[in-house]
Amino acid sequence: MLLIPCPWCGERDEVEFSYGGQAGVAYPLDPEALSDEEWAEWLFVRDNPKGRFVERWVHTQGCRRWFDLVRDTVTHEIAR
Amino acid sequence: MTGEHPDFLWRSPEPKSSYEVVIVGGGGHGLATAYYLAREHGITDVAVLERGWLAGGNITRNTTVIRSNYLWDESAGIYEHSLKLWEGLEEELGYDLLFSQRGVLNLAHSLQDVRESARRVNANRLNGIDAEWLEPDAVAEICPILNVSPDIRYPVLGATLQPRGGIARHENVAWGYARAADALGVDLIQGCEVAGIELQGGRAVAVDTSRGRIAAGRIALVAAGHSSVLAGLAGLRLPVQSHPLQALVSELYEQVLDTVVMSNAVHVYVSQAHKGELVMGAGIDSYNSYAQRGSFHVIEHQLAAALELFPLFAHARVLRTWAGIVDVCPDASPIVGLTPVEGLLVNCGWGTGGFKATPGSGSTFAWTIAHGEPHPLNVPFSLDRFTTGALIDEHGAAAVAH
Repeated sequence: MLLIPCPWCGERDEVEFSYGGQAGVAYPLDPEALSDEEWAEWLFVRDNPKGRFVERWVHTQGCRRWFDLVRDTVTHEIAR
Repeated sequence: MTGEHPDFLWRSPEPKSSYEVVIVGGGGHGLATAYYLAREHGITDVAVLERGWLAGGNITRNTTVIRSNYLWDESAGIYEHSLKLWEGLEEELGYDLLFSQRGVLNLAHSLQDVRESARRVNANRLNGIDAEWLEPDAVAEICPILNVSPDIRYPVLGATLQPRGGIARHENVAWGYARAADALGVDLIQGCEVAGIELQGGRAVAVDTSRGRIAAGRIALVAAGHSSVLAGLAGLRLPVQSHPLQALVSELYEQVLDTVVMSNAVHVYVSQAHKGELVMGAGIDSYNSYAQRGSFHVIEHQLAAALELFPLFAHARVLRTWAGIVDVCPDASPIVGLTPVEGLLVNCGWGTGGFKATPGSGSTFAWTIAHGEPHPLNVPFSLDRFTTGALIDEHGAAAVAH
């Protein structure tokens, strides 16, 4: 069970949150300029590191705001 | 199988400096791939490299459910191919797998479930797969301890049944394939971690391992949850995310459940092993992880579902919980085939459904390695489907969430 620090509400149980995957994946500035390969890369491919991961969470059952979290995918330790 | 169990089922050779085919990953799919390469294609200059010990990963961490009642034709093709291989596998390997075709029930709890079930039964039959729709009283006849009363929160409105579905003892599957592959000349090398993939002119030619450099005509990655890490060594990004998938067993009980019961809506699947444990699982933990453990609320939810469906289980005690690392694709279907890196092949993305596919995955992937082009059943599962858009979306279609 993760104890997740919401930047606005403080530490809360994991069940209050929903997961959003890799952080910092911006929508393409000019989608129509992308090739099919580039579009597939943006749409379907995400980093999947073993170790430090910057990821998105949303406090679904709290303030409902999104935030970034740095978590280790091996130890589950959350950087504070 | 009769007589005493041998002390050793396979040799533990020193790795050679070069092989025709190097398979990275000594789990079920890797061992099956090696076996079929040797058996079906006469390619015996093969090494299976395993970072830890054989069958230490998902092959011995799953809930052993075997079925082929998938909605989409592409999935039906590969999973039914696999089920047919299961049906002759004990004889073929000469090894007892405790393969038991006790039937798989997929419960429906809402009108939408009922309609989806009917559609899936019809799709299965069109693909030559055994499937039936059962009303609640017929479900109760097959599984008397299941609570089919109308006054629970999500009453059982019926179920699909695949009579040929069932379970097998998973470690025996790995050992059976390992023993047979070894006997055909395949080198099974444990404690051999791949730390690098050597490219020459864009072609993968060797792996750098904790036991030295090993050259290879072809390198096949069959590493489930670690597929992204390995593919990354060759500069390849896969549309795969690694998650924990938890399972649990109870203490040993007398036999009370002689079929497999799965519910997507309340989300639990349960069978009873030959030894007597109730074996249960549900969905993945939401977050990415390589930890082989998950969060307790996932266990809590699946047990709540199990208790509502099987009031008798209130007396049962959990013995162990654990997790495997499953590699999930955006469409919950696997990737089997060639990659943009010449000489490098990949078999991954089986997500939460890989155990049942072990024979089919191994046999078709071996064909793909031997021929240098996708086996007809692998064609839809090529990596380029994410570019063409021809996804095989089994998330909601596969009878349980994948």
